[in-house]
Amino acid sequence: MTTEVGSAIQVNEESKGTEPDDSEASNPDKTSNGNEEAEKEIQEDEQPESTTQPLKEQEFNSSISDASTQSTPSSSDKKDPTGGKGLFRFLPGWLKKPKSMSQVETTEEKEAEEDIQTKDRNSEDEQPELMKSTSENEVVKGMETEESKTDEIVEQYSLNSAELQTDKAKKPEESLEKDADMDNEEVVLDEKKDENSKDGEVWKDEDASKKSPLKIPKKIKFMQSKVFMLDGSEFTYEIEKHAKGQIMLDKVCEQINLLEKDYFGLTFRDATGEKNWLDPAKEIKKQIRSCAWHFNFNVKFYPPDPSQLTEDITRYYLCLQLRQDIVSGRLPCSFVTHALLGSCALQAELGDYDANEHKAGYVTELQFSPNQTKELEEKISELHKTHRGLTPAQADAQFLENAKMLSMYGVDLHHAKDSEGVDIMLGVCANGLLIYKDRLRINRFAWPKILKISYKRSNFYIKIRPGEIEQFESTIGFKLPNHRAAKRLWKVCVEHHTFFRLLSPEQTPKSKFMTLGSKFRYSGRTQAQTREASILIDRPAPFFERTSSKRMSRSLDGVPAGGINEVGLQQESSCLSSTADGVKTEADALAIKDITTSLKASQLEMPVETKDRDKTQEDLLKHQASISELKRSFMESTSETRPNEWENRLTKPLLLQTEGTSDENQKSEMEEQAEVIVEEAIVIEEVKSAPGHSKVKLESPVENSSIVPPVELAAKESNVSSSDSRSDSEEEAEYHPQTKEGENVKRDQNECKTLTTVAMDSEISVTDIEEVHFPVTVVHKMQDVLEEDLQEMQNGKLQEAKQEHEDINPKLNGDVSFIDSDAMPEVVCYAEPPVVKTEMVTISDTVSPDKTEIATKEVPIVQTETKTITYEAAQGDGSGDNDPGVLMSAQTITSESFCQTMTTQITKTVKGGVSETRIEKRIVITGDTDIDHDQALAQAIKEAKEQHPDMSVTRVVVHKETELTEDGDE
Amino acid sequence: MAGAGVYSHALVRGIPESLAGGALRRSGEGSGVDTARAREEHRLYVKALRVQLGLVVTELPADEALPDCVFVEDAAVVCGGTALIARPGAPSRRGEVTAIKKVLSDLGLKIVEMTDETATLDGGDILFTGKEFFVGLSERTNQRGAEILANVFKDYAVSKVSVSGALHLKSFCTMAGPELIAIGSSDQAQKTLMNMQEMSEHRYEKLTLPDDMAANCVYLNIPTKGHVLLHRTAEEFPDSAKEFGKLKDYLLIPVCNTELAKVDGGLTCCSILFNKAV
Repeated sequence: MTTEVGSAIQVNEESKGTEPDDSEASNPDKTSNGNEEAEKEIQEDEQPESTTQPLKEQEFNSSISDASTQSTPSSSDKKDPTGGKGLFRFLPGWLKKPKSMSQVETTEEKEAEEDIQTKDRNSEDEQPELMKSTSENEVVKGMETEESKTDEIVEQYSLNSAELQTDKAKKPEESLEKDADMDNEEVVLDEKKDENSKDGEVWKDEDASKKSPLKIPKKIKFMQSKVFMLDGSEFTYEIEKHAKGQIMLDKVCEQINLLEKDYFGLTFRDATGEKNWLDPAKEIKKQIRSCAWHFNFNVKFYPPDPSQLTEDITRYYLCLQLRQDIVSGRLPCSFVTHALLGSCALQAELGDYDANEHKAGYVTELQFSPNQTKELEEKISELHKTHRGLTPAQADAQFLENAKMLSMYGVDLHHAKDSEGVDIMLGVCANGLLIYKDRLRINRFAWPKILKISYKRSNFYIKIRPGEIEQFESTIGFKLPNHRAAKRLWKVCVEHHTFFRLLSPEQTPKSKFMTLGSKFRYSGRTQAQTREASILIDRPAPFFERTSSKRMSRSLDGVPAGGINEVGLQQESSCLSSTADGVKTEADALAIKDITTSLKASQLEMPVETKDRDKTQEDLLKHQASISELKRSFMESTSETRPNEWENRLTKPLLLQTEGTSDENQKSEMEEQAEVIVEEAIVIEEVKSAPGHSKVKLESPVENSSIVPPVELAAKESNVSSSDSRSDSEEEAEYHPQTKEGENVKRDQNECKTLTTVAMDSEISVTDIEEVHFPVTVVHKMQDVLEEDLQEMQNGKLQEAKQEHEDINPKLNGDVSFIDSDAMPEVVCYAEPPVVKTEMVTISDTVSPDKTEIATKEVPIVQTETKTITYEAAQGDGSGDNDPGVLMSAQTITSESFCQTMTTQITKTVKGGVSETRIEKRIVITGDTDIDHDQALAQAIKEAKEQHPDMSVTRVVVHKETELTEDGDE
Repeated sequence: MAGAGVYSHALVRGIPESLAGGALRRSGEGSGVDTARAREEHRLYVKALRVQLGLVVTELPADEALPDCVFVEDAAVVCGGTALIARPGAPSRRGEVTAIKKVLSDLGLKIVEMTDETATLDGGDILFTGKEFFVGLSERTNQRGAEILANVFKDYAVSKVSVSGALHLKSFCTMAGPELIAIGSSDQAQKTLMNMQEMSEHRYEKLTLPDDMAANCVYLNIPTKGHVLLHRTAEEFPDSAKEFGKLKDYLLIPVCNTELAKVDGGLTCCSILFNKAV
């Protein structure tokens, strides 16, 4: 069993590795493993990889067959369509509703996507090796952390490897210490506090209660980091292990005597080889993960007018960057411009042309162009002669005056696909976003035109302000190679917008319960601020040595700097042919695959560990086993319901990443919606019963002493300090470049939902069967508006009050504002179920097509119609709303099949001496027209009854989202 | 980097007899072309370039097999010492490029050819503002052609704009000064200009002309003359001529183009202008 646990941890670690910025959420995982089993896990983790790995794989395989609840992805693909139909055959006829209710559009797209999916999965299976190595790294990392538990300041390690060996040697004793990452975690917390002190403290309290008395004070550890400079030189620094990015950037700038440093940044390569900007506001370690501490010093924001820079030294470094950009091909230019820029560089470096000194071929020693011809060198030399008399600074200035006019100057390109799957490039620059097909600019969105920038998994969206040509707001979506790429692009956009458009950085969004996605904001100085500050620079022009471009070119061929070079070339070449792009994407995909595999393994293992726990759980497991084609992820929570939902949410992205293909994405998107709904419910409840709730929250868990899977802990923590955990959710985030965040929130939501279903065939219903009423019917997908919560709450109250019966008028929903008059919800007719006592039905039509949301021609957005129907038993109402009782245990089980995702949440509460177990099932059914959703619903209810004969169904909520037909699309 | 309208050379070509009967036209039959008159108008046009403005004018003889050969503009795009030989959208015109390519090559320009069989591009759809290119996607120019152009002129942003209701982008939209765009007043023209503004980082003034066809004018910046504009005569477009008349510090040269206009020819169509002193 321990092996399984071990692998679970590794899974988590791996996920960290691939989600560079998710650190706050997932890193402190291990910290709360304040129990013996956790220790074992760690020990297992540290076993030589050779033994652990085979075991893991075995485990993975066997659990598939044993549990038979989780089929391998490919097999589920094959089986499910028929399996689904088979299931429906057993459904009782009584719940059949008019076809209109369950009508769904079928498109060919779906099938195509499935195919891709299958392929993808095949490749996934082929990647065990990759996974192995990743986990190995993580193990090592974990050990390093352990070592940091001595408080003395350690003298710097000279070599990473040496350090690792030491770690290994120390391992046995250290395994006694409970908390491998305790130190680490605290740092995390500190950082969080900066952003959100309240949440951080809450977490800390909890944390403190778990601290092991055995814990040894830690020493501060230094990491050796290398920075490759633009002139080809290399600096080595000893950086405190938990230092933030800014520390290092400051060191570098100090060393090169650079004051106008806001234009510059450090980049590093993540595990997939992609270039990332080191966030100055975050810990370095968390960003680079297990990668080597190797950085490149680069220009991050290219000043549109370099002549406005205050110091020559700043211009010098900008020149070096541009020369690198040109040599790497990132900044394409014509022969003539090449020659001109080369000659300026030559003048700056060598001074005036001197026939004696500059013999034939002197230009050859310097590199100016990706493919430097004799002809070019001759031209450069010829032009060099014309620069006679220019000082190096003047030559640099002239270089910049010419370079800044190049159309790709300062444009940060990102590969993407448009809505039709065509390869395009998105370029972020000072003025906005540029869209390229090859090198042809096919669209441009200046910052003032953009109302909102957001990303959701691998999709990147911009919402466009109505203009003279388009009269309506529109949203344009792009598909990035993976979610990390989407996030990277989003961050770069946020940063560029802030730096170039705003006078001062925007505040990090306030922490609200409901804020989704990343809270990332650019926190450095804006261009306006840096200009203001640089005016005050009052020092004699610093002396600096202009290094020879020979050295630069050499470094470009060298390993680390050469990396940049490659990327640039890759980008360039992919402009011309898409092959390079393909390769890159594939690499990403591969990296992702192995997370999936391992994650799945962990999920499979989890149930086994918890076998001896709750009876209900056993039942559930049985039940799940009976549904043979369901995949399952099993999580348990330590403290309470909410975290469970969170972990659910948080683990999803991992799964999602793995599903490279749209079909899976569809499914996951739906899952997410369901989850978002859950979130809302949570919030509302917190509003309603705040005191009792918080009590529960802070109370240390009683029953949960056994096994705490790291993934889950991450989730838990994320809940406690809710904003932070989300702050780096890889999944999605949005940013309003206009900073009018409150504007049109409702529409945003609607739109968001609409977007979620882009390219989605159909999506049907979420069925909730609750055994203990949840006070509120949740209707919407929420972004971050609290008012909405209140409305929801009222909505719920209204429902209670009205006690409406079956065939309802939608207006009774109590949430009239959300009903679109254009698309009246269909009246739902159904025979009263024999099993479920139905007291109330509400229909709310939420995401009806807002006429202003029509997408441009570029992006056909499939609109969906959403419906929520609540069937609620009378009994529960009122009693459970205000007093949630003391939460004893909670767990969430998620299972997935081809067309169905089921999340089961079991909550045990003790209220007034009476123990109450509530099981909430959330079933998301995806499917085409041929699925009878009514039958599916009936089946779900039936199954629930069968599994828990001693319990009663108190509420059924049907949340239906249907894709609208073409006509809604305009 | 080339400035707008800075030209030292011009390439023109004679009018074949076959033009009257064989030249392509957008709108059915129209009135017949008086070839003699067309040749006289063309002679005055070339004379203005050569004599008044002092350009080095190369004149290719007409080719009877190529009725549209006088419209040399469509055959190549020249900028900064590089000539991209076009692949005209009309198959009947593809033969025109051969002679053009040779003469441009002889003039010392770097020749780039469009080898992609799927690409089409007419020079009339390419507007160079001095800072960037706009490519009109029209009946004659497709996106692939535009992509190739973008790859050839790497220094400049090359943005696409859609053209409808006219043969070419330059049928209603040309440069009339360094940052001045002459634009027709039709809805289509105005919309195109708006689109161009959105696509561009640079700001342009606009010179709106009552007649779309008058918006096809030839701007040159000649060292000894300053701003020069060849535009349609007051006889042809009196309202537009008044607008041109408001331009300050311009050498205005009214040029009559009644005959070639019948086969959709504008003033820019009849020459390839370029600066060889790069």
